[in-house]
Amino acid sequence: MVEWTEQERNIITSIFSNLDYDDVGPKALCRCLIVYPWTQRYFASFGNLYNADAIKTNPNIQTHGTRVLHGLDRAVKNMDNIKGTYAELSVLHSEKLHVDPDNFKLLADCLTIVIAAKMGSGFTPEMQATFQKFLAVVVSALGRQYH
Amino acid sequence: MLSKKEKKLIKEIWERLTPVAEDIGSDALLRMFASYPGTKTYFSHLDISPGSAHLCSHGKKIVLAIAEGAKDISQLTVTLAPLQTLHAYQLRIDPTNFKLLSHCMLVTLACYLGEEFTPVAHAAIDKYLSAFAAVLSEKYR
Repeated sequence: MVEWTEQERNIITSIFSNLDYDDVGPKALCRCLIVYPWTQRYFASFGNLYNADAIKTNPNIQTHGTRVLHGLDRAVKNMDNIKGTYAELSVLHSEKLHVDPDNFKLLADCLTIVIAAKMGSGFTPEMQATFQKFLAVVVSALGRQYH
Repeated sequence: MLSKKEKKLIKEIWERLTPVAEDIGSDALLRMFASYPGTKTYFSHLDISPGSAHLCSHGKKIVLAIAEGAKDISQLTVTLAPLQTLHAYQLRIDPTNFKLLSHCMLVTLACYLGEEFTPVAHAAIDKYLSAFAAVLSEKYR
């Protein structure tokens, strides 16, 4: 069982309550596809991902980025049972989408960078550590049902 | 693989960061110590509390070395030769830690540069830091 201090819970809820999901979600996904181009393999049906500009203006990426961030919301609202919350999504990513679970960490790192760029020095080392702990739990839960 | 454009971008960015090497370096180290407490074991002989003289001078040292390498990336092995020896035979820092510091360096840059830390710049610097770390650990075995 993952233990969360009161402070850690507050940090996570505060970060997410100040987020524009329609902005941060797509930004994080775009960044992942640009910084780690091999992740584009999962988006072959999304259309033009030929270069950074194409990726940033691709409407399918926009929609999907927002969807992913809303998916993270579920963990924020169920911090004491992230594993259970994501059981179904884990099966989906494994059996239907066939996503290598190593990729979850890549997207998580990109999300951290996007939030750091937004919050500037307000994203303290302590907040970063808590946020990364949260994302690590999410990443682990998403990889849980792979076999 | 770094394109000519990326090498130029990397050089420019690290040139800009050189005057604030102390701030950038100490911030990245603090982030690493907070997120990855195991990394603190390499610093038991120093005072690494926020704002300490050791932290600032050490952070500065690291950033200046990265900036020096960025001036001519094709010569990285030559530029880093002394540091390769230092890390392999004296410091013997487990190379997985280089990834951790690199990640925290990217977060520091994102906080410092904001929107300017575009995905393209991020990709270029991530690649550079990976190459830097790889060269640094070349003499390990």
